[in-house]
Amino acid sequence: MSTSSNDTPALLDVRNVSKSFGAAQVLRSVSLRVARGEVVTVIGPSGSGKTTLLRCVNFLESYDSGSIRIDGKEVGFRDSGTRQRRSERDLAAMRAETGMVFQSFNLFPHLTAAGNIMLGLRKVRGKSEAEARSIAEHWLGRVGLAHKADSLPAELSGGQQQRVGIARAVAMEPKILLLDEITSALDPELVGEVLAVVRSLAEDGMTMLMVTHEMAFARDASSRIVFMADGGVSAVGPPKEILAAETTNERLRTFLARFRASHF
Amino acid sequence: MLTQIAYALPFLAQGFALTLWVSLLVVVLSLIAGVLLGVGLVYGPAPLRWAVRIFSDTIRGIPILVLMFFVYYGLPAIGLHLPSFWAAVLALTLFKTAQVIEYLRGAVGSIPKGQSEAAMAIGLTFRQRLAYVIFPQAFRRFLPPWINGVTDAVKGSALVSLLGITDLMQAINQVIGRTYEAMPLYILGALIYFAVNYALSLASRRLERRFSFIRE
Repeated sequence: MSTSSNDTPALLDVRNVSKSFGAAQVLRSVSLRVARGEVVTVIGPSGSGKTTLLRCVNFLESYDSGSIRIDGKEVGFRDSGTRQRRSERDLAAMRAETGMVFQSFNLFPHLTAAGNIMLGLRKVRGKSEAEARSIAEHWLGRVGLAHKADSLPAELSGGQQQRVGIARAVAMEPKILLLDEITSALDPELVGEVLAVVRSLAEDGMTMLMVTHEMAFARDASSRIVFMADGGVSAVGPPKEILAAETTNERLRTFLARFRASHF
Repeated sequence: MLTQIAYALPFLAQGFALTLWVSLLVVVLSLIAGVLLGVGLVYGPAPLRWAVRIFSDTIRGIPILVLMFFVYYGLPAIGLHLPSFWAAVLALTLFKTAQVIEYLRGAVGSIPKGQSEAAMAIGLTFRQRLAYVIFPQAFRRFLPPWINGVTDAVKGSALVSLLGITDLMQAINQVIGRTYEAMPLYILGALIYFAVNYALSLASRRLERRFSFIRE
């Protein structure tokens, strides 16, 4: 296991989180720490709980036991430790501290690209119309879409929509950015433009936790890779270690072998 | 004949005003109640969902006329004496509320779950999510059936005449009672109802076009 996460206080601290959907246990005592500025990638076969884990981090899903803390603060439950769900207002405030980018973009179709970014800035951050607009324009520029500020999502390509999705998340200045298979719904030729944006954010020091099937990208961009299988963390380490063909972890080796067979 | 109708016009106008007043009350009250209960049906805790579901299914399973007689003639048995006007408005409102609940459920249910999640993820509270993300998108689907329902309310308001309230329908019947000119007066009445409802559907079509930019 990598040491980097234990030296510095973790920004995201997931401890022994378990969750079941009915009889199916999707998370088995998952623990994971992400330090400030770190980019951690979660890989694993489908059904291994990657996405569920990500969704627990901003409490889109609740979990049955364990704790998830961001910057020392319990995410979904009150700090008293009684597993009492936070109030709606508290939850909203906590979620504003984590940005999330979705596989299916989930842009608001009735708002323009700028409008999508401005909504949270106006209603959650309380910024003025003009201020929100200028922040939106700044981030649209960062993702290469300054000229599309007034376009509706339906007028944008998938890659452009996803870049707006990223801009919408980072404009809120979240402490951590969650990326849930953000290139999986894209045509192959559009994947590059989206990954380039993620890379530039990583270079700026944005803390990220991402689920992806882009192994090359995971290898190049992440500080650590977490391999999940059957709802548990099966291996954690630097990319070179995890993606090495000669790994002793049986499951990981099978996963990588299958992955290579289907992708190359 | 025409002079008789002309003579009756001010009286018919009064009845027409009452028809519009009843319709307006029913439409506004049922919109408020239906949207609130509809939100309860979609997002509420289980007991509330069940209560709304039972209310809606029961009301929609009863003929509106039976509902009206029940409120006017039945409720006094439990000590609730409503004047005929308010009994009629209450009955029609209950009926319309059940419909609005279903329109809202259908419209909100058609919005992909990802929209709520994206709205949550940027930190919007439940009310903000409804106000800025869900309702603006659901509006376009809510509008056509709802406007249809408004025209139904205008037409259905004619039933209040059966409780002896002098709306347009009752006014027409009373004029016919004096003049024995049934045909021209019913045609006139039909034209008035038609004019109101046709204007409503034109307005609806314009509104729908205005919101058609929201694609799936």
